[in-house]
Amino acid sequence: MSEFLQQLVNGVTWGSVYALIALGYTMVYGILRLINFAHGDIYMLGAFFGFYAPGLIVVAGARAGEWLEGVHRALHGVPVLGPGVGRLAAALSAAGSMPNALEAVLVLVIAMVGCGLVGIIIERGAYKPVRGSSRLAALITAIGVSLLLENGGVLVFGPDPKFFPQIIPSSNIALGGGVTISNQQVIILVVSVLLMFALRFIVTRTRVGKAMQAVSHSHMAASLMGISVDRIITFTFVLGSMLAAAAGVLVALQNPKIEPYMGVMPGLKAFVAAVLGGIGNIPGAVLGGLVMGVAEVLVVGYVSPTYRDAIAFVLLIVILLVRPAGILGKAQAEKV
Amino acid sequence: MSLSTRLRLGLAGVAALAVLSFGCAGTATDELVIGEYGSLTGNDATFGQSTKQGVELALGELVAQREGRIGGLKVRVVAEDDQGRPEEAATVVKKLLNQDRVCAVIGEVASSRSLAAAPICQEAGVPMISPSSTNPRVTQVGDYIFRMCFIDPFQGTVMARFAAQNLHIQRVAILKDVKNDYSVGLAQFFTEAFTNLGGSIVTEQAYSAGDQDFRAQLTNMKARSPEAIFVPGYYTEVGLIARQARELGIKAPILGGDGWESEQLLQIGGEALDGCYYSNHFATDNPDPRLQEFLKSYKARFGKESDAIGGLAYDAAKVLFQSLEKLAEQDPETFKGLASSKAGTAARRTAGKKLRDIIATTTNFAGVTGTITLDENRNATKPAVVLAIKDGKKVYDTTIHP
Repeated sequence: MSEFLQQLVNGVTWGSVYALIALGYTMVYGILRLINFAHGDIYMLGAFFGFYAPGLIVVAGARAGEWLEGVHRALHGVPVLGPGVGRLAAALSAAGSMPNALEAVLVLVIAMVGCGLVGIIIERGAYKPVRGSSRLAALITAIGVSLLLENGGVLVFGPDPKFFPQIIPSSNIALGGGVTISNQQVIILVVSVLLMFALRFIVTRTRVGKAMQAVSHSHMAASLMGISVDRIITFTFVLGSMLAAAAGVLVALQNPKIEPYMGVMPGLKAFVAAVLGGIGNIPGAVLGGLVMGVAEVLVVGYVSPTYRDAIAFVLLIVILLVRPAGILGKAQAEKV
Repeated sequence: MSLSTRLRLGLAGVAALAVLSFGCAGTATDELVIGEYGSLTGNDATFGQSTKQGVELALGELVAQREGRIGGLKVRVVAEDDQGRPEEAATVVKKLLNQDRVCAVIGEVASSRSLAAAPICQEAGVPMISPSSTNPRVTQVGDYIFRMCFIDPFQGTVMARFAAQNLHIQRVAILKDVKNDYSVGLAQFFTEAFTNLGGSIVTEQAYSAGDQDFRAQLTNMKARSPEAIFVPGYYTEVGLIARQARELGIKAPILGGDGWESEQLLQIGGEALDGCYYSNHFATDNPDPRLQEFLKSYKARFGKESDAIGGLAYDAAKVLFQSLEKLAEQDPETFKGLASSKAGTAARRTAGKKLRDIIATTTNFAGVTGTITLDENRNATKPAVVLAIKDGKKVYDTTIHP
């Protein structure tokens, strides 16, 4: 029994990563009816940005520290402000030795912002020009962008695997009954859940979120109501890319091997997860991701590890046969 | 000078140049080309990189000692990257044979890739020396295929004996890479040897190279409480497996083979590998002067410690150079057939056959990875060492003889 519970814990943490990636797929599909095949590669970019972020932090910290030190000297004799700036300068100069948790958060933020920017570039550069054309053209563009990112990654980062720094050393937490969870798994779970709630808040409670919902119903009606459809679409890409980047960093924290093709399989599986939950449906993507993660771990644990990748596509076939709209999706009559 | 005279002069000049350049093609560009292929990039990139550097070091010595010439021909090594993929290994070896007109091939580390390229060399009648593929099937491909290392039936026995007799362990779980000939073979030989010694394999689990998550398999193992886990895989996955095993609270030591041998093993696995053991071709703390000399010159040239893969490649290149020199001395006429301009001719075939015969008689070659004597199956019989990982360092533990 404890073995089964342990497998469930493994499955849920693995699944929460799929869920994070699947959210990006589902949001873009919900708004554009476009399957963004480059999404898995954004996940890869997230991991690489995270990989290079600590170096960036140290360099930027040192530079800012130097500059502030200058300011500090200029402010010599000014009460309160002077010593305050001095202390800040010293702290920034020592950015290399900051606490792990702070560094991890910074790395996560840098990767998310970096991927958000890449999301804007991809949307403006590749998808917007073909938005008026057929959906097939957009789909093929997405596959092209995906290949570009993968092979560009090989060119820029090199084809060898890199090893993500151990920002947070792993430790075990016993859950009782022989079931353990590592602190990194807990971090993955907690950050995923937080990000999902943040997303839910943005989509349902904010003006821009409501505009996203409106755009997903009808581009035409939304623009008639004074919503800038282009801006909302870009915003959606930014959100989706940031979630994928977060997934990339979280996975890399736990499994430190990163390489330019690391996004291909998780990307495909997260896509299946999105379809499984009902593509276009945000809670559905989360549910689909968790189902996928658990199914995969159970197949590896109890059937055969060689079916690890096969199970994703078996699930896809089954759901398309039984409930094409997905678990939480609403069936829509296709107008012919 | 009229225009036509000028034209005529010009034409004559062009013709003279053409004759000159043709004249050169026959002699000056004739050389002895040796092919080397390996995974310079990809999942187990240090294998290919170490091999390439080992061969480069041997070539550097040849240049220093005899101006890089054997039998009057300049030796050139062409290194190709197979990206760690068997199908790519077959492609680059074909390229080495057909375009670079090599007279011998050195490579690969991974048995799956050696197995993909060996039939091509065998068919072309070009000797291939694998420095470090341990799967027995590699040299069974044909009589032109050699290796510089021990084979897996022995390596499996080494770890089985080490587990049963040195660690006093009875129950072992196995985690192997199902898509890798080396891993599957080594797991099988270990199982046979270990059960013969009275031990039992509590469970055998599998993964595929490139997997990131091994928790499901490890959880499965944990429930069967093995005293050790045997992971006959390559270093990248081994590092990840060790970390995840520790995260799941598995404290049993992890055992493995020479696929662990990489400078990156400890970088990936970190503390999780403390207390683990693997079998290898040499231990860098062995005081043998030949080995220490090699390690010193390797470090001087490449700025880092050599692993056993680099040492085996160095030995492979040395054995090949020695065999070429022997052929050049014994039979200078036949030796000329190995020149690059003779590729594809009958003379090349005859010379390749002669070279093969000479490599096959290699006896008591004083290599840095031990004394190399090739048996009738073209395998080297050498003792294996077991290394322990302690406090982030590889430490010599014991030597096991065949």
